[in-house]
Amino acid sequence: MLADKDRIFTNLYGFHDFGLEGALKRGNWDGTKAILEKGRDWIINEMKASGLRGRGGAGFSTGMKWSFMPKQSDGRPHYLVVNADESEPGTCKDREIMRNDPHTLIEGCLIASFAMGAHAAYIYIRGEYIFERERLQAAVDQAYEARLIGKDNVHGYPFDLYVHHGAGAYICGEETALLESLEGKKGMPRLKPPFPANMGLYGCPTTVNNVESIAVAPTILRRGAAWFSSIGRPNNVGTKLFSLAGHVNTPCVIEEAMSIPFKELVEKHGGGIRGGWDNLLGIIPGGASCPVIPGEQCEDLIMDFDGTRAVKSSFGTAGVLVMDKSTDIIKAIARISAFFKHESCGQCTPCREGTGWMWRVVNRMAEGRAQKREIDLLLEVTTQIEGHTICALGDAAAWPVQGLIRHYRHVIEARIDQYAANPHPEPVVPVAAE
Amino acid sequence: MSVRRLAAEQPESFSFTPELEAIAQKLIAKYPEGRQASAVVPLLWETQKAAGGWLPEPAIRAVAERLGMANIRVLEIATFYTMFNLEPVGKYFVQLCGTTPCMLRGAEAIRHVCEKKIGHERHVSADGTFSWLEVECLGACTNAPMVQINDDYYEDLTPENFEKLLDDLAAGRPVKVGPQNSRKGSEPEGGPRVLLDPALYAHDVKIGQEAAPADEAPTSGAPAPTSGE
Repeated sequence: MLADKDRIFTNLYGFHDFGLEGALKRGNWDGTKAILEKGRDWIINEMKASGLRGRGGAGFSTGMKWSFMPKQSDGRPHYLVVNADESEPGTCKDREIMRNDPHTLIEGCLIASFAMGAHAAYIYIRGEYIFERERLQAAVDQAYEARLIGKDNVHGYPFDLYVHHGAGAYICGEETALLESLEGKKGMPRLKPPFPANMGLYGCPTTVNNVESIAVAPTILRRGAAWFSSIGRPNNVGTKLFSLAGHVNTPCVIEEAMSIPFKELVEKHGGGIRGGWDNLLGIIPGGASCPVIPGEQCEDLIMDFDGTRAVKSSFGTAGVLVMDKSTDIIKAIARISAFFKHESCGQCTPCREGTGWMWRVVNRMAEGRAQKREIDLLLEVTTQIEGHTICALGDAAAWPVQGLIRHYRHVIEARIDQYAANPHPEPVVPVAAE
Repeated sequence: MSVRRLAAEQPESFSFTPELEAIAQKLIAKYPEGRQASAVVPLLWETQKAAGGWLPEPAIRAVAERLGMANIRVLEIATFYTMFNLEPVGKYFVQLCGTTPCMLRGAEAIRHVCEKKIGHERHVSADGTFSWLEVECLGACTNAPMVQINDDYYEDLTPENFEKLLDDLAAGRPVKVGPQNSRKGSEPEGGPRVLLDPALYAHDVKIGQEAAPADEAPTSGAPAPTSGE
């Protein structure tokens, strides 16, 4: 288990003062000026050396991302945009940073902006997080008041930080949709290239980072890349906020070492699986878009990027959803399909039509009101959606259904058999269209 | 995609109050000059609050005019983002999270309470006190099941404590925001098992100073962390 002294978010549960006074007691803003004085290149190299991979789901090297920003400004301003549009079902980690430890994020914004030559940053927080937004804004106001940030601040680097919010659209968590939304448009993802590092917010070089990726940066730079990279296993280093939801005895958010075995994570922090380890049906390891991992593969599962990939799933945001054997797995995935159908922005036809199509078919399968040949048809349709859309929402909608068919085909077939064995007034007609 | 339409019945007009105008100016100031369109989502949100919890069509037009945007651009935003209510809602607008993590922890039972106590989804109760809507993930999965009522989250619900919550709201009695059980936030029920080392909370950072060497962090004699609320 990770030692308390190695935890970055020490007010994760809000038992202490969220504000500046409490933050200073927790060691935030310690020697920030000295870090900036070491220069842009040092910061970026240290971030690269730390091995930090983006905490928003894709797992791209944060230091590398920062290095893509132009070294010299061509006259256009640079922007940092923080993605706080946390809406992936199963994920609720950034919320804790924003409401309980907001100064880690604010300090991170200053340092990251400095490293990328940005003098302004926007934090895009989801609209529903009203309390979190007020807390964060209060902390930003305190930072201005104490001249930690602002045009004329104690760090000698002019920097403005603004809190912006959305109004209920999961798609705005996609970085280019987020930029569109921030510009005052519908959140529809942009085609890439051009990439945001060249053409982002208002046509200016922009980097979009997840809240956690930014909020861990100050501590990494204070304690050194070697400290961070010594936690976890190679390629999967550092500490990570996990959220444990679903059928564990004590659901919670917890900062743990990367590469912690799933069993240890659940036993130590989740209080074990409801009804005991034998009652585990499966898990969705990193938010709703990750394919389900059946219980028997969770026995030796290592919770990191490579560990989840080895069992054909993905680490995502580390928002773990645990399902015990009382779960109707088809219904659970059907509800996820309903989510993606609701959240598709409608821009690309495969996703707009496909998400509704998948939802209707999986929903029928949950009742058993389907034909067995439709299972392969459904699988075929998921591959027609996956990779054929501008953004990854199409992929995200396809993967849970693929995971369902891969591991629980026998459950679907049994459900169909059961339905067929009983008399029904209406015949089974394979209808997917409305 | 969710299909969203404007309400059939609309008020005649909507005009910005001085308070709303002051908010608009504050919001617009966050963005570079000429980029006031960036304020459209926050301004629509504030307008919705000022208009009584929903966005009438004249209010959407007023926002377009205030920001110098084409009416259709603001209309498409109001219909795209699902937090904009296009029809009237109750004084207490209950948004029930029904996505899988909440569903697994009993959101369907909470839904039944809504149906029993309030009525059909998307219908304001006769006295105007309540209306409810099932929404997608509200991002409080470790405290499932949960609802958002107006601005506040109510978490760790059971049918019993949720019924009581609705009764208390209707009767105007004070209610507890957040988890409805013994939890304070997202810590495990029964209290945190980590972050108990007092040294974590005994740093003495002075703003704008050089970093203290790592080994100078106090390790003993530090005040104990406060427990509870």
